[in-house]
Amino acid sequence: MKRQVILAAGIALAATTLHADVTAPGDVVADDYGDIMESLTGEPGDAERGREIMVTRGLGNCIACHQVTALEDEQFHGEVGPSLDGVGDRWEEAALRGIVVNAKNVFPESVMPAFYRVDGFIRPGDGYTGGPATEIMPILDAQQVEDVVAYLMTLTE
Amino acid sequence: MASFRKQKLWGAVFAAGAVAATGVVWADIGENRSLIVNGEIEMIVEAPAPEHVEGLSTIYSGWVFRSPETQMMQADDFDNPAMLDVDTARETFETAMGTEGQSCASCHDTPESLSTVRATYPQWDEEHGEVQTVEMQITECMTERMGAEAYGYDSAEMRRMSALISAVGRGEVVNVAIDGPAQSTWEQGQEIYYTRYGQLELSCANCHEQNYGNLIRADHLSQGQVNGFPTYRLRNSGLVSIHNRFRGCIRDTRGETFAVGSPEFVALELYVASRGNGLTVEGPAVRN
Ligand code: HEC
Ligand code: HEC
Ligand code: HEC
Repeated sequence: MKRQVILAAGIALAATTLHADVTAPGDVVADDYGDIMESLTGEPGDAERGREIMVTRGLGNCIACHQVTALEDEQFHGEVGPSLDGVGDRWEEAALRGIVVNAKNVFPESVMPAFYRVDGFIRPGDGYTGGPATEIMPILDAQQVEDVVAYLMTLTE
Repeated sequence: MASFRKQKLWGAVFAAGAVAATGVVWADIGENRSLIVNGEIEMIVEAPAPEHVEGLSTIYSGWVFRSPETQMMQADDFDNPAMLDVDTARETFETAMGTEGQSCASCHDTPESLSTVRATYPQWDEEHGEVQTVEMQITECMTERMGAEAYGYDSAEMRRMSALISAVGRGEVVNVAIDGPAQSTWEQGQEIYYTRYGQLELSCANCHEQNYGNLIRADHLSQGQVNGFPTYRLRNSGLVSIHNRFRGCIRDTRGETFAVGSPEFVALELYVASRGNGLTVEGPAVRN
């Protein structure tokens, strides 16, 4: 039992040292428009991974609400939000990061969830189990946000 | 630079607003607007919204949003798989249960004598001083009158009996009372309906009032009406209760749900049912 705890602490420590440059959800700085200038990790995003995150249900699941022509090989695109075709032209990277981190900073009252925030929720759940949350993790981690932003930047017309 | 981008932003927002302002077009909701069950029960699947529902001008039964194949199954009892459950419940209705040796029929004669129940429930119960759902009323009869053990709120037996109460009430116009002693419960339900739950921060209204007619991934969003409950879901080959549906919807917001049968869900059911005042009882309806 004790050993387990020590081990867990060790892993946690390793994780923090490894990601020393990661900005925690509470420390993200957005400007008045909701734009976030600084990368959350300092590492460039990987657009290919971003694409996967966009279409995966437990992760971004962005196509639940958005149509994206470049993702046409995936079934079932939603209509709750606008098409994301051309967002790479319409928005700068900092703005796209701001939208993914917390769309409510950019579009007040938006239906779009905040993907990198951990507080202010009413009855947050333990994932999709319906039970109460014990620890709230952001829906996407910092690098996943950067990956999604990198993919969005490729959506040009 | 920033202001240039913002200009584009407002362009996009206004464009989206324009789409919203034109409202939901017919094709989004479904072409078929006429449901006559067994060639005799004429349903009202579209009606003016009741005054107490400010966010909608027209209310639609969930039936209009489903595919033509699913719609067809509800039009004839021979094609509606839930009717097997209803038949089983009819037998139970006449079976003596509990220490008093009585059946439902001992006091209620036929299920048809309860035909106005579904359209007017949840309803204030004077004796217990609370709003009761159909399930709570059945539990009351079983435990307080028959000396029988209650069915679980979401048990198969309860869902069947609840489906029978709906089936005999089909075609009745929903008319749930929201004033008088039920008012504070109704207000609690309204509050829950507009609260953005879970880590996705979505309220019932975000999906069922703001976005009905739109696809969310593979599902065509309806107005989340309860006039078709309990519904027969082809996906699970079985009846789904109202509270179980509510639970699923809150779970999908990455939220902590309320319990089936909880005061919160009773209040929410009263409120949601009242948003359907003017539609007809269709349960047990068929869903994908
Ligand atoms: C629950 C639905 C929903 C989900 C899930 C969702 N969005 Fe959105 N999104 C919206 C809506 C609605 C808007 C329009 C903004 C508003 O609220 O007015 C929007 C706007 C946007 C915009 C701005 C589009 C433009 O052209 O102006 C981007 C970019 C975007 N979303 C990206 C994403 C990404 C990336 C994901 C997944 C990580 C995602 N969205 C998930 C609903 C959603
Ligand atoms: C001993 C007589 C008795 C038996 C047996 C009985 N009930 Fe009742 N039931 C009543 C009475 C009396 C009421 C009205 C009291 C009330 O509304 O609370 C009632 C009310 C109801 C109502 C609501 C009617 C309305 O118009 O609001 C339903 C539904 C119902 N019973 C279903 C059942 C079912 C199903 C069974 C069998 C499982 C059953 N009852 C067995 C006496 C009985
Ligand atoms: C993320 C979007 C979403 C949210 C939020 C949501 N639902 Fe749903 N709900 C759905 C989908 C998808 C379905 C299945 C298709 C349909 O009927 O809309 C559904 C179905 C329903 C149905 C069944 C309708 C029928 O005719 O079969 C009811 C009732 C319902 N929801 C009520 C609620 C209530 C009450 C809330 C708030 C606690 C809620 N929903 C929140 C997405 C949502």
